[in-house]
Amino acid sequence: MKRILSILVACALLAGTAAVMSSCSGGSKGEINVYNWGDYVADGSEKNNGDYYKDTIAEFEEETGITVNYTTYETNEELYNLLSSSNTAYDVIIPSDYMVEKLKDEGLLQKLDMKKIPNAKDIMDDLKNPVYDKKGEYSVPYSWNVTGLVYNKEKVNYKPDSWTALWDKKLKGQILQFNNNRDAYAIAMQLCGINPEKFTKKDVDKATVKLKEQKPLLKKYVMDQVFAEMEKDQSAIAPYYAGDVYMMTTNNDKLVGVLPKEGSNLFVDAMCIPKNAENVDGAHKFINFMTRADISAANSEYITYASPVKSAKKLLPKELSSSELVYPPESYLKKCYTFRNVDDDTYAYMQEQFIKLMS
Amino acid sequence: MRLKRPSIPYIIWMVVFTMIPIVLILFSAFTDRNGNFTTASFVKAFGYFDVFLKSLWIAFISTLICLILAYPIGYIMSRQKKSVQNTLTMVIMIPMWMNFLLRIYAWVTLLQNGGPIDTMLSFLGIHTTLLGNQGAVILGMVYEYLPFMVLPLYSVMAKIDNGLIEAAEDLGSGRLTVMRKIVFPLSVPGIVSGVTMVFVPSASTFLVAQYLGGVDDIMIGDVIDRIFWSDNNTGSAIALVLMAAILIFLIILNFFGDEEAIA
Repeated sequence: MKRILSILVACALLAGTAAVMSSCSGGSKGEINVYNWGDYVADGSEKNNGDYYKDTIAEFEEETGITVNYTTYETNEELYNLLSSSNTAYDVIIPSDYMVEKLKDEGLLQKLDMKKIPNAKDIMDDLKNPVYDKKGEYSVPYSWNVTGLVYNKEKVNYKPDSWTALWDKKLKGQILQFNNNRDAYAIAMQLCGINPEKFTKKDVDKATVKLKEQKPLLKKYVMDQVFAEMEKDQSAIAPYYAGDVYMMTTNNDKLVGVLPKEGSNLFVDAMCIPKNAENVDGAHKFINFMTRADISAANSEYITYASPVKSAKKLLPKELSSSELVYPPESYLKKCYTFRNVDDDTYAYMQEQFIKLMS
Repeated sequence: MRLKRPSIPYIIWMVVFTMIPIVLILFSAFTDRNGNFTTASFVKAFGYFDVFLKSLWIAFISTLICLILAYPIGYIMSRQKKSVQNTLTMVIMIPMWMNFLLRIYAWVTLLQNGGPIDTMLSFLGIHTTLLGNQGAVILGMVYEYLPFMVLPLYSVMAKIDNGLIEAAEDLGSGRLTVMRKIVFPLSVPGIVSGVTMVFVPSASTFLVAQYLGGVDDIMIGDVIDRIFWSDNNTGSAIALVLMAAILIFLIILNFFGDEEAIA
């Protein structure tokens, strides 16, 4: 009897979960499938000072009546694999610059109807015709930022201003490096005098030598572990996305952020509509909504990357819009480069060399 | 082999989620990006041979430590009163209620410089780096998979009739002889399934080494994960080689298991 009862209880629990899950889907005015980076939209959570961020997705749903099915990915490559090898229909995706170019070149994106996105007029002039989408027909920028350095001033006894600090023998065992092929190689290539926008296998080999030189000095190759490593005083210096560096410096007074004098990677994540989207109209509405100044500012405040919308900058808290890490100055951007699509063979070769480097 | 109707759902499940994926991996491993037949992926796959060996080695050591730790735990548990047995099973299961990644994160916090373990050790005058080496990776694996060793051992040992042990003792066997002649032979099926359940996932695991290891500690699971970013064919080839290695291991293990059980 007891056993039958417990089986019944287990079934009831499962059924309950299923019921909750199914009640989430199915909106009245249609739905759109949005595929974005993890933790990359203001989600209504609490700020450090007790206020709350906006919940931009919920506001969109309320305003338009469209239900948003929101899922996330961790790398551009994950997005690419899902888009190219499955028939899951996404309505809005937010790939980075070089991935926009790759998807566009492979015919996986559709042209946007700019008449349906009037807010896009307010996009910064520099980002209206970016290198990865020269006519600006396939993408509307969502956020942008650069890569930078973060160091702990108690562990580094000078003021580093160059990527070469990541090769400093005095900091042996306390240096971190990107655990991401493209970002790690870009730094090494810059120091080898190669433009990381586009490169050949030979360039990869040269940069590999440079990275091999660095390996004995490193503590670890990291991505989001960098937050714990730096904020808890475990490491001395690390390269990371400048907006995140800003976040780290607000969480630990000993941390300082710098933009390396050589220049760095200017990256843009942009909203696109895949070719096989099902709710194209809803997708346009979503892109237009996310480009509205107050909404873009809310997202920008949450992710601490710069907003591409001109009038959003004024709406941001002063400490964010005046930070060089969140909004790098015009003069610095001149020294920056933006990743371009590299052919599959060279890209796979770089990935292979990077894995071998780590093993 | 006669198929019974209730097994149909399972057969459908297996075909859809096991057989078809394996066929897809096979296909992808033997073709290039354009779908033409080639074995080039396997040549590339063997470029990661050292990572491969290292992963199997780490898995082997972890399995061995798990076995040494779990065997006495399993035995002691199986000799308790029923209610105590249930409580102990519960205690062993509790950590598994938490997500595996969170548990690994917890170890990072425990082991880091200035963390609780490091602080305790430095009070004793021992200054060392605990994180970022192979030892930390093995520790993480042992912690992760220990329950998978304890539970099968315990469930097999719980079935050993106390009468057998008492009979042996009545006939003058010492504790060691009882262990050697009664408990061990009867617990072999538990050892076999415990070793399988620990070795197989730890040989193919990923992320653990990335979190607890240093610059050199990357395992074959991480390589497969990475390579699939840009090259599905080589990724499939490595996965296939790993599957073959694990299959060979299982065949050998089963062979040992059966023989022991017969003897």
